[in-house]
Amino acid sequence: MITTNPIAGRRRDDEIDPPRYPMPRGCPFDPPADLARLRASTPISRVALWDGSTPWLVTRYEDVRAVLADRRFSSDTEKPGYPPTSAAQLVRRRSTRSFIAMDDPDHARYRRMLIGEFTVRHIAGLRPMVERITHELLEAMAAGTTPADLVDIFALPLPSMVICQLLGVPYADHDFFQEHSKSLLDITTEPDEALRRNEELRDYLVELVARREAEPTDDLLGRLTERRVRTGELTRDEAASMGLLLLIAGHETTANMIGLGTLTLLCHPEHAGRVRDGEPAVVNAAVEELLRLLTVTHVGRRRAATEDVRIGGVTIRAGEGVIAANESANRDPAEFVHPDELDFDRQANHHVAFGFGVHQCLGQPLARLELQVAYPALLRRFPHLRVAVPAEELQFRNNMVVYGVHALPVAW
Amino acid sequence: MEVSVDRDSCVGAGQCVLSAPAVFDQDEDGLVELTNPRPPAEQERAVRAAARLCPARVISLG
Repeated sequence: MITTNPIAGRRRDDEIDPPRYPMPRGCPFDPPADLARLRASTPISRVALWDGSTPWLVTRYEDVRAVLADRRFSSDTEKPGYPPTSAAQLVRRRSTRSFIAMDDPDHARYRRMLIGEFTVRHIAGLRPMVERITHELLEAMAAGTTPADLVDIFALPLPSMVICQLLGVPYADHDFFQEHSKSLLDITTEPDEALRRNEELRDYLVELVARREAEPTDDLLGRLTERRVRTGELTRDEAASMGLLLLIAGHETTANMIGLGTLTLLCHPEHAGRVRDGEPAVVNAAVEELLRLLTVTHVGRRRAATEDVRIGGVTIRAGEGVIAANESANRDPAEFVHPDELDFDRQANHHVAFGFGVHQCLGQPLARLELQVAYPALLRRFPHLRVAVPAEELQFRNNMVVYGVHALPVAW
Repeated sequence: MEVSVDRDSCVGAGQCVLSAPAVFDQDEDGLVELTNPRPPAEQERAVRAAARLCPARVISLG
């Protein structure tokens, strides 16, 4: 009988309509159940995207790491087969080519101009600034009324102020750049609007760089201008595009980890208590575990194969797209025991929430610092913090490239 | 144990410094610096963790 033939069965699998990706979630704190089913049954399989393309979805931890570390998989959005996240992302990447959409050696040339700003030592030096901003926001919150939206008064302003301070972007302009970056990370944004907003943001950064050419400043944009633009290594546009990348990446991801992470802790009072006590080793472990469990970068890391590559028993052909689903890898039971449980006592720091390979998040020491400061400070200042609406009223960011909660009404 | 690093391929993610600060450091430009190429036995676990966490896979153990 042909159905008992494993080869025939596999062939038939390829012919059925692949599932749509991203998949709808059930529980808002967990990745889609269909993703777990795929990981268990056909860990590398085709999925259908918004544009009708059918790239490979890689779901297991080891395979995700293998793809992301393999330079035969390109990050260049323009390569044949690259699986775009949305129409908005495509036009944005065409309009402003940042180095996250390049391969080495171009990627390495740009990234190396920035890594000195994000060393473990340099970021540790920013701790007093992060603590001061956190303290000021929490005191302003205490002086305000309840209920209040934690995203609006704490989760978003903290990383936003920090990245502004680091880059030298005036925080007074936050309405402008927050609204634009929110729209650019919304997968439902129309391409025309994405293009317009991207150009407005880029022009804004170009202006900041131009001002620094006239008058040097001691901030990241100032140093980049002084050391790279004046020397002719970077054009003004290139420096602006690097600044734009850091500005968007620097506040959206951390903001959503603060919002969704706080909500998770409020649902787990014992865990919240351990974070509130503030033992640094426990806080650090809690941050790694929340990064793993929540993986707010929930639409996979995307690549295009430039050669035929055999991986996990599947041959991915040159010109085919690959989505390395880090949100699935972080829940792989082969790597993390009881992966759906929040467990501060597991060693979680090998999660792939920051990606893997040469494109792994440049700002991860900063993100870690902000989360390590934010969670215990918030829980200590407001020991009776609670969600002020019924759970079913919370709106989760299913339409956004970075997952989280749109608003988190709290009382204390 | 003997440790070596390929600085030319380092991406400055800093994972090694977090895992094994007694063995790895970053220079001013953010690139890995090996401060102890022959770490004592008690460092072995931390160094192996650093090698596994390194996203650019530039740490070799011998």
